[in-house]
Amino acid sequence: MERIPILKMGDFLLVTIQVDLYDQLAENLESDLINTINKHNSKGVLIDISAVSIIDSFMGRILGNIAVMSKIMDAQTVVVGMQPAVAITLVELGLSLNGVISALNVEKGMDLLRAKMYNGDNEEQVYDNSNQ
Amino acid sequence: MTTATNKEELFIVKEQDVVPLRNRVKDYGVRIGMSILNQTKLITATSELVRNLLKYGGGGKVIIESVNNGRDNGVRVTFIDKGPGIKDVAMAMQDGYSTGKSLGLGLPGTKRLVNEFDIQTELGNGTTVTIIKWKNG
Amino acid sequence: MQNNLLGSLKEHQNKLLTIWSDLLQANGSTDGATEEEESKEFTALLLDALERSNGNANSHEFEKVHDLLIGISSSRGRRGFSPRENAQYLIAFKEAASKILSEIESDPSNLYSANLQLSTILDNMTILTFESYMKGREDVISRQIDEISEISTPVIRVWDGVVALPIIGTLDSSRTQVVMENLLQQIVDTGSSIAILDISGVPAVDSLVAQHLIKTVSATRLMGAECIISGIRPEIAQTVVHLGIDLTGIITKASLASALQTAFDMLQLTVVKRK
Repeated sequence: MERIPILKMGDFLLVTIQVDLYDQLAENLESDLINTINKHNSKGVLIDISAVSIIDSFMGRILGNIAVMSKIMDAQTVVVGMQPAVAITLVELGLSLNGVISALNVEKGMDLLRAKMYNGDNEEQVYDNSNQ
Repeated sequence: MTTATNKEELFIVKEQDVVPLRNRVKDYGVRIGMSILNQTKLITATSELVRNLLKYGGGGKVIIESVNNGRDNGVRVTFIDKGPGIKDVAMAMQDGYSTGKSLGLGLPGTKRLVNEFDIQTELGNGTTVTIIKWKNG
Repeated sequence: MQNNLLGSLKEHQNKLLTIWSDLLQANGSTDGATEEEESKEFTALLLDALERSNGNANSHEFEKVHDLLIGISSSRGRRGFSPRENAQYLIAFKEAASKILSEIESDPSNLYSANLQLSTILDNMTILTFESYMKGREDVISRQIDEISEISTPVIRVWDGVVALPIIGTLDSSRTQVVMENLLQQIVDTGSSIAILDISGVPAVDSLVAQHLIKTVSATRLMGAECIISGIRPEIAQTVVHLGIDLTGIITKASLASALQTAFDMLQLTVVKRK
């Protein structure tokens, strides 16, 4: 069975999708990713889709699922490198991928993840202070 | 008057047939010099419709053709299944409607991606969907 | 035809050329040296074809002549001849050829059938010149359409990481596509995380235009960049609210300057005055 590799980089997971997805492959990615987050207690997931030439409603839904599922497991998902044609097509299709955070490229995505982690800690501190 | 110049038929019975189909449709788009954006829209529409064909029609036949209407070249893709058919086409074409576990924007969203969209369905006799994407459409 | 009357025109090539150029001069559709060359080549090729085709108007012998003629008429088009003058060019040839035919053949029925064939062949060619003229025009128009959509959506890099796109004129759906494509491609190419869409030059914003703007903003966000819409004039703000269009999810600014200021804030940049 074909699978998309998931790489662990410290607190983060890195997924680079190099092939065109079909439904089963996308569903496998969803469950693999959630299991890996759980296994490593990862804080962030970076999904690079710069090589993906189409995203239809099903794959869009999978991306949304991953974002929401990882969020409730306390990991932030960032989707990076979406092609302009893919973005325009998604908008025409009526999909706005609510809940999915995106960044232009891997570098900006990493910055975003780090910032989110840092801000996330801050928010908790603020919350704690107000409770005291 | 739309005339077809080049034609091929593919039988789609399982999910793994989807990727080769998308590639064939892309080839047709590339051959007439379609822009990346229009190719992406056409392939995405194909992907949506072939999912319906597999999920609701239990598989079927897909015909890909190069077409010309005198002013522009285009690609026509026809999806033919012998499934149960659609009960209420008008309702199925509304945003937000779905009987399956998708986002419910299959048909209307797909229609927005292409230039021409035609659906013929008969209860118990299957559904035929035809789409055309023009090169400059 | 027994004696290939049209073929025998070849023996009178020079005379034919003289009569033709006289006729052209008389109706004023001539411009000298280049034309003389073209006419000579055309006559030689056509008379050859006439001889070999043996009066058959559909003979493939004429293909070469057709190619040459398309070249000649597009060259004449560039030199400023109208399609009417191009047609006259061929009609004059027909007249000249017909004159010579009546000199070399006395039998009316032979003459009649030769003239008929000549007419068919040359009328076909006249139609061909019109078609190639039209095609040339259509090429020009489609190139201009491309150029207009190209120049009407310039993406400007206003700062490191900030691109701006001023939209001038109405925003319809095909134009929105071009705007989106250009903007998103520039965002990728420059790695800019903020895009400013300035609509000062858009005459009116109705619900359709607003929908196009919202689509552009959504697509930009999907890519991972933020999109600010600037140039919201008071009357645009009024119509937007009166039409019940919801722009609350979008960052809007009155001027390009304040949009740029917002962009700086987002990038955590400050502009300070030198002491």
